[in-house]
Amino acid sequence: MRLYLSYFSMHLKSQMQYKGNFVMLLLGQFLVAFASIIGIVFLFARFHQVDGFTFSEVLLCYAAILMAFTLAETFGRGFDRFPVIISNGEFDRALVRPRSLVFQVLVSQIDLTRLGRLLQALLVFAWALPRSGVAWTPDKVLTLALMVFCGAALFFALFVVYAALSFFTLEGLEFMNILTDGGREFGSYPFSIYGKEVLRFVTWVIPLALVQYYPLLYLTGRSANVLHMLTPVLSLLFLLPAWALWRVGLRHYKSTGS
Amino acid sequence: MIELNGICKTFRVARRGAGLTRAVRAFVKRDYQVIEALKDVSFRIPDGQMVGYIGPNGAGKSTTIKVMCGVLTPDSGTCVIDGRTPWLERKQHVQHIGAVFGQRSQLWWDVPVGDSMELIRDIYRVDKIDFRTRLDELTELLQLQDLLTTPARSLSLGQRMRCELAASLLHAPRILFLDEPTIGLDAVSKLAVRAFIKRLNQQHGTTVLLTTHDMQDIEALAQRILLIGKGRILLDGTMQDLKAHAGTDKTLIFTYAGDNAPVPGPGMTIREHTPGRLTVAVDTACISVAQAIAQISAQAEITDMEMAAVSAEEMVAGLYREYQI
Amino acid sequence: MSAYLSLFRIRFLHNLQYRTAALAGLATQYAWGFMRLLALRAFYAENPAAFPLTFAQAADYVWLQQAFLALYTMWDYDPDIIESVRGGHIAYDLVRPVDMYARWFATTMARRVARAALRCAPILLVAFVLPDPMRLHLPASMLAFALYVLSTMLSVGVASALTTLVYIAHFQLLNFSGLRLMVAAVVDMLSGFTIPLPFYPQALQNVLNLLPFASMHDLPLRLYSGHIAGMAAVQGVALQAFWLAMLLLVGHWWMGRQLQRVIVQGG
Repeated sequence: MRLYLSYFSMHLKSQMQYKGNFVMLLLGQFLVAFASIIGIVFLFARFHQVDGFTFSEVLLCYAAILMAFTLAETFGRGFDRFPVIISNGEFDRALVRPRSLVFQVLVSQIDLTRLGRLLQALLVFAWALPRSGVAWTPDKVLTLALMVFCGAALFFALFVVYAALSFFTLEGLEFMNILTDGGREFGSYPFSIYGKEVLRFVTWVIPLALVQYYPLLYLTGRSANVLHMLTPVLSLLFLLPAWALWRVGLRHYKSTGS
Repeated sequence: MIELNGICKTFRVARRGAGLTRAVRAFVKRDYQVIEALKDVSFRIPDGQMVGYIGPNGAGKSTTIKVMCGVLTPDSGTCVIDGRTPWLERKQHVQHIGAVFGQRSQLWWDVPVGDSMELIRDIYRVDKIDFRTRLDELTELLQLQDLLTTPARSLSLGQRMRCELAASLLHAPRILFLDEPTIGLDAVSKLAVRAFIKRLNQQHGTTVLLTTHDMQDIEALAQRILLIGKGRILLDGTMQDLKAHAGTDKTLIFTYAGDNAPVPGPGMTIREHTPGRLTVAVDTACISVAQAIAQISAQAEITDMEMAAVSAEEMVAGLYREYQI
Repeated sequence: MSAYLSLFRIRFLHNLQYRTAALAGLATQYAWGFMRLLALRAFYAENPAAFPLTFAQAADYVWLQQAFLALYTMWDYDPDIIESVRGGHIAYDLVRPVDMYARWFATTMARRVARAALRCAPILLVAFVLPDPMRLHLPASMLAFALYVLSTMLSVGVASALTTLVYIAHFQLLNFSGLRLMVAAVVDMLSGFTIPLPFYPQALQNVLNLLPFASMHDLPLRLYSGHIAGMAAVQGVALQAFWLAMLLLVGHWWMGRQLQRVIVQGG
């Protein structure tokens, strides 16, 4: 929408005011992502493969999750910092504006420095795609795209859950980081390496495996089951309980105040 | 028109103790305190009226405002503003109200104020031409010419408040809620803000609800005053009504020559006495001012006399004492 | 000294009040410790010979790292101190009769130690009762433990000194969140946070072990399990002490120079 673009340019203008810091933050984000990948590089230098997955296959997995998370974070950051929005009264201000609340939360923060990580993900993709041994037919490309975009939607849903919970309490919400930051960090490796129990959890409870592990099986040719290609779409169902929780939280907020 | 009927609201607040043992105990079991923020609050404000909403901190002023803005849902009671219930029809309701909350700015920090204004125009879907006219008018009235190109962070408090007022009026709201608009402002800015609000009310017929601790704001602007304490509306009337209710004391300050201090008679109490200057409170229910003056001047040579009205602040403090709020 | 003790007490009480936050933080740390260890286990299963520690030592490393995270992390900065530099209140602080550097350093240390004190017990408890080999083991020997304790104290000092340096750097620029992020990211890589230093290629390790960052974090964790012992251990601790002294001196000197500038320019 036009209004979104207006907000976008506002944020851009505002962040560009501190050009020096902007660049440093961009670099910083890049370095943070770099730190994760250094870990993978060094580990694979010693071990060459893990749980049957090769280095470049793991890199594909890593880059897809990183991209998904970064997309969710860049555009959905408003929800990620929702506790701040509530506690400084910004949300009350949003309630007095004749626009959808979700929209206002989304536009409250568009963090362009996170794109530093996106750059890293792209670089990793550039390196890993040709080396991964994957035959890039249209269905494989689609799989990868689904991994990234449905993954982004899933992370975004987790942010919404986080925001919804902060309607009830502003304390103790950090455990959600296990799912969001944890999802990204531990999702750098195929979830199967962590054992059966973990895999089951991320398949049935928080469907992270649906956007990472199963499509990866299809992508790398370990599975020819088309269903595996489509599991990311299933994960979109997670948006429903997330949205429901938001509505419940909003009602609670309006009846208890801040 | 604003109409509230029997609005009630109760909060549960968790309590935390100070000190180590209390902190550890709170760790295990939470203590809750029940606060009745609003008890059966009812009033009606016709279009175009300027109302001052006063009361001590914690009396329920912000809670009432939040209910009227649609931010808070009351436990019981009705509130109808221009035919809408605020918390049920949020977006439509909010389109027609403006709000300035003293602490929370609606301007973006790092970009020129003019950009913030344009974004607000888009949020409220104001017609571009109407916007231009409105903004020009507000710029003229509030002297915003140089401020529009400055980012909000570079403005002084007075400048920022003027911009806030303008920003809250861009969409021509019928009702304006002002929460402490003159707090922290210097004298010149305060006068400018008051003059502007008065003019707004006279020219455009905007209903204004003003929350403030500054009694001079109230005296300058409020046609009607609502006093709230401990969640209840205690007084509803004009400034005159309030003064009449507050008491009938008049303060006389005599400057006299000579060493013999005058001794006030019944109906008069000494407020302050320094050599040559006597301040007396006269209870006009007992004796008239003329009689008091006669009494004092009979005892000493009066060189100067002042009559001070009870200041609005003192009056309100007296009211708070009376109602024990 | 009592001033610094009361700083500690305030921090401790402050943290105690936020029980749900504490529980949530605990949960996060358990999760992180677990997942890290599970990942390492997968690699160990792949090729035990290529694993530079015994798995038991890796478990010790990971759990101690989590239990005492607050001591070593470079992600935590005191917002009051940062605000006092950015907002210019530093001038007011100078009125109080305490050495500025010592005050910042002490606050930083108190903050870290208080947080760690609160966090470590539950994590250590759970880590000890986990099934082998994922659990935390007893220290390799009394000597190893003694060295570990000494080394940990030095580590906190080094970490606090580094953090104080970052605070002092804030005198130079207005908006510094970018620098803090870069510092945290780089230090994470160089100190063994991302993956324990023993997993780095040997050549790189040789360089990294000499830097203060390894002194800050990696060394005590390896002393505990006996991965570094004997002469190497003593050398490591000596290096730590050296870095601590260096950082304190540099920090103090730099602070002095910055304060001079502030006094001259008026903040």
